Amino acid sequence: MRPANLPHLSTFTMRIYFTLLLIIAGSWCAHSQSILGGTVYTSQNQPLDGAHIHLEDFHATTLPDGTYTLPGIPAGSHRVVVSYIGYKSLDTVIDIYHNRTLNAVLKPISTQLQEVVLTENVSAKSTTHEQRLKTEAIDKYSNATLGDALKEIAGVSSLKTGSAIVKPVINGLHSSRVPIISNNVRLEDQQWGTEHAPNLDINSAGRVSVIKGASALQYSGDAVGGLVLIEPVTVLKDTLFGRTILTGDSNGRGGSITTSLHQGAEKGWAWNAGGTFKYMGDRETPNYVLSNSGNREANFSGDVKYIGNDYDLAASYSFYNATIGIAAATHIGSVADLVRAINSRQPDVINPFTYTINNPKQEVQHHLAKLNFNRKLSDNSSLALQYAFQHNKREEYDIRRGSLTNKPALDLTLNTHSANADWKNINGSATIKAGISGSMQRNEASPDTGVRPLIPTYNKYDAGTYGIYSYAFSNTLSAEGGVRYDFSHVDATKFYQVTRWNEMGYNNGDFDDIITGDFGSQYRTNPKFTYHNISASVGVRKGLGNNYSLLANAGLAMRNPNPSELFSDGLHHSNATIELGDLRTQKEKSLKVSGTLLKSGDVFSFEATPYINSISNFIYLQPTGVEYTIRRSFPVYRYKQTNALMAGMDVHADWNITSRFKYSFNGAYVYGQNTSDDVALIDMPPLNMTNTIRYTKTEWHSFFAELRSEAVFTRTRYPDYNFTTTVLVNGELVETLVDVSTPPPGYQLLHFTSGMQFTMGKTLTSVNLSVNNIFNTSYRDYLNRQRLYTDEVGRNFQLQLKLNY
Amino acid sequence: MKNFRILAVALISFVSFTSCSDDDNNAQPVNEEEVITTVTATFTPAGGGTAITLTSRDLDGDGPTAPVISVSAPFTAGTTYNGTVTFLNELATPAENITEEIFEEGEDHQIFFQQTSLGEFTYTDTDGNNKPIGLTFRYDALPTAATGNLTITLRHLPNKNAPGVEIGNITSAGGGTDAEVTFPVVVQ
Repeated sequence: MRPANLPHLSTFTMRIYFTLLLIIAGSWCAHSQSILGGTVYTSQNQPLDGAHIHLEDFHATTLPDGTYTLPGIPAGSHRVVVSYIGYKSLDTVIDIYHNRTLNAVLKPISTQLQEVVLTENVSAKSTTHEQRLKTEAIDKYSNATLGDALKEIAGVSSLKTGSAIVKPVINGLHSSRVPIISNNVRLEDQQWGTEHAPNLDINSAGRVSVIKGASALQYSGDAVGGLVLIEPVTVLKDTLFGRTILTGDSNGRGGSITTSLHQGAEKGWAWNAGGTFKYMGDRETPNYVLSNSGNREANFSGDVKYIGNDYDLAASYSFYNATIGIAAATHIGSVADLVRAINSRQPDVINPFTYTINNPKQEVQHHLAKLNFNRKLSDNSSLALQYAFQHNKREEYDIRRGSLTNKPALDLTLNTHSANADWKNINGSATIKAGISGSMQRNEASPDTGVRPLIPTYNKYDAGTYGIYSYAFSNTLSAEGGVRYDFSHVDATKFYQVTRWNEMGYNNGDFDDIITGDFGSQYRTNPKFTYHNISASVGVRKGLGNNYSLLANAGLAMRNPNPSELFSDGLHHSNATIELGDLRTQKEKSLKVSGTLLKSGDVFSFEATPYINSISNFIYLQPTGVEYTIRRSFPVYRYKQTNALMAGMDVHADWNITSRFKYSFNGAYVYGQNTSDDVALIDMPPLNMTNTIRYTKTEWHSFFAELRSEAVFTRTRYPDYNFTTTVLVNGELVETLVDVSTPPPGYQLLHFTSGMQFTMGKTLTSVNLSVNNIFNTSYRDYLNRQRLYTDEVGRNFQLQLKLNY
Repeated sequence: MKNFRILAVALISFVSFTSCSDDDNNAQPVNEEEVITTVTATFTPAGGGTAITLTSRDLDGDGPTAPVISVSAPFTAGTTYNGTVTFLNELATPAENITEEIFEEGEDHQIFFQQTSLGEFTYTDTDGNNKPIGLTFRYDALPTAATGNLTITLRHLPNKNAPGVEIGNITSAGGGTDAEVTFPVVVQ
C-alpha cells in the first residue's frame, strides 16, 4: 500500500460522518452556545504553549502558537482562569452571549523559578517541534504502559514482546536510540534489550512529550531516533488536591488503581505523592488464552520541594516494581519448536485462564532518587543543579529443571549516578543555554545464575558538555544552533568460550592483549572502549502567516554501541536464539534533516513532518543461520553494521467539523533501506493510519463518544533473512525453511470510547467506558517479538472511574 | 551558596564511594548448571553380551561447535536390548548427572525414540501418574538387516495425556525440547 491512498480514505471517512452530522443537526442548532477563543502571550509577547484556560467545568490548553478554543459555552457570566507554570494566573469574570475573544498576557512570577528550566525550549520560539500527549490519553492508558500511550502520537509506534512489554519506536528507531528522560533524568534500565520495557509508571507522569530526532542537545547527543520527555505533575497554586483512577479490564480480568495527592505552593513547601497497583491475569486472543501473560505492578513516586525567594530545592524518589509473565507459547527449546510454532499458527500451550504467573517471567525493580537545586542568578539568568541515583534490578526466570526453577536465568543490577549543571541566560531576543553533565554506571551480572550472562559486568563513565544559542530575528523568525561533546569510557569483564572467541575471529591477534585469564574452555577478557563524540543541531522556525509555521532542523548525532551490541554472546533463553554482539562494532552516526509544517486554527489544525535520516554504521540484529547444539539447532542473530537511509512522513490533523464533531487523523510511513547491501531495512514499522471521530455534548455532563479506526498495512518492503535447517519430520531429518522474515498481513481495528463527568460536592468524577478491538479481530503485528508464536489480544471492555478531589 | 557546598560534598562522596575498583579482574567463570552436554544411550543385549553405546557430546554447550556423535557398534538383527538413557552436564564442575533429576520430575519429562524401520521401542519405566518417562526402555531390533536414523528427544512439560504420547508418539506431545540427538544406526 502506498501513502498516496491516504487522502482518499480520510475524505471518505469524513464524508460518512458529515452525513451523520446533518441527520442529527436539528438537536444542536436549537441551543444557544458560544465559543470563547483567543491567544495567551507572555509579557515579552511570546505565545505560551500549554497554558490552561478554565471556565467552570470547561477547560482548554493552548496550542504551540498560544491559541485556544473553548466551544459550547452556555450564555451567561463566567469566571475564567488562565494559568501556566511559572506565571501569575489571570482570574477574571466575563459575560459570554456570543462568540468572544479573550487574549491574555501572563507575567512571570519573579520569585518563582521554573522547576525544569530546560523545557523552556519547547516554547513557541523553539525550532524543534515537541509533540505532547493529552492528559486524557495519559489517563486512558492508566492500566497499560507508556509505550501504548505514545502510539497516540503520529510517527510513534511500538515494539512489543507480548502485551505488557511495550517500547516506543520513533520513526522506525527504538531502544538505545530513544532515550527516555523522566523528571529530567535519563532513565537507565537496561534499555537496549528489545524485551525490556521502560521501567516507569505512566501514572506518575503529568506531561509526556516526544521530540523526534536528536535536536534536544541539552539531554543527550545520541538520540538518533528521538526523545521521550516525562515530567511529573506540578501544582503552582497554594492548594491541596487528589486524583484517583480506577480501571477494570475484561481482557486479563484485572485492573489497576492509581492515586495521588498534590500540595502546591507559590512559596514555601510543596509536595506530591502517588502510588499505583496493577493486577492482570492471562490475556486472551479471539481464539485462545495467552497462557502466562499476566502482570503485576506496584509503584510509588513522591517529591518534596521548598520554594524560596530566588531559589528552590527539591528531593524526589520513585519506585517501579513489576512482575511480567512471558507467554508460555514463546518458550521454545530448539529451531524445530520454532518451525512447529510458525506452521501451526496456534500456540502449543493453551491452559485455562489464570492469574498465576509462572516461569518464564521478568521481575524488575527500578529506584530513582534525585536532588535538584535551581537558583536565579540575575533577572535573566538561572542555574540548575541536579544529582540523581538509579538502581535497576532485573531478574529473568526461565523454565528450568528442578531446583533451578527458583533461580533467575539472568540477574543484572545496574547502578547509575549522574550529575548535571545547566545554565540559562535570556538576553532580549537571544537565549543561551549551556551545561555539563557526568555519570558513572556499574552493571553487575550475577554469576550465581548457572547460565553464562548475555550482558557482562562493566563500569562506564560519561561526561558531556553542551551549548545552545537561539535568537529571535523577529516575531516570526527564530533560529537555533547547538553543539555538544560527549566522552564515554567502558571497562568490562567478559568471559568468552574459546570456541566462540575463535569463531568470531578474535584470535587474529588484535584482541590478545585483553585476555586476562585462561580457564581452559573459557577466556576472561577485559575489553575497554573510549569514545569522543560531537553532536550538533541547527534549526529555524518561520511564521508564514495565516497560522502557518514552518520548522526546519538538521541534526548530527553519534551513538556508541551498547553492551548488547558489543558483548552479547550466547543463548537468549527468553526467545531461544543465539545472539552475538561484536567487539569490533563502531559507533553509529546519524544525520537527520526534517521539516514540520504546522497549521493551527479553531476549525482546522494540521502538522506534517517529512524527514530523511542517513545513518552510517547503523547497528541491527540480523538472522544469519543456525548453530547446532545438543538440542539440535538454534537460530543465530548477529549484530551487524551497515549504512542505512530512512525517510518518511508523519501527519496529524484535527478538524472541528462543528462544535460537536471533531475528526482527527494520524498517519505515518517510513521507508528504510540498507544501502550497503541494497535491501530493505529489517523491523521497520508498516504504514499506519488512525482515523478518529469524536462527538462532544458538554451540556450532558461533558459527554463524549469517540470511534477510532486503526489501520496497519502489510509491510511489503522487508529483507529476506530466512534460513534453512534440518528438522525431524516423521522420524526423518528434512531440510526445512524457517520463515522468520515475512511480515504478517495488515489489519484494521475499531475502538470505541465514551465518557461523562459528574460533580459531587468538591469531587469531579469522570466515568469512561471503552471497547478495544470491537470486532475481536485476530491479527499479528510485525513489531511484536512474539508474532511468530501468538496472535495479539482480542476484544477488551474497559471501565474507568476518575476522581478529582 | 551554602546549598552548593552541601550538594558538592554529597556528590563527591557518592562518586568516591562507588568508583573504587573491585576485583573484576579476579572473577571466575559462571558454573553452567543449565546445559545438557552429553546424551548417552546404552543398549545391553537381554541375553548378555557387550553393550552398545550411542553418545552425543557437545562440550561448548550453546557455543559454535556442533555435537560429536559416536556409535560404538552395529546392532544385531532380531536381538532384544535393554536400554537406558543418561544425560550429563560436563560443563559444571564437577560434572552433573541430570538423569536422576529427570527421574524425580518424571511427570514433567518424557523421552521419545523416533526412527523408521529399525525395530520397536517400548517404555519400561513409569512416573508418579503411571505414564512412561523413557529413561529405561526395551529395543527389539528388526529381524532383518536395516540402516536408518534414530533420534532421541527429551521434552519437558509435554502433554502426557495427548493421544499417542503414552506409546511414544511425539506428534502431539508439545512441550519444550531439552535435547534432540540423531544417531546413524545399522542393524545387521
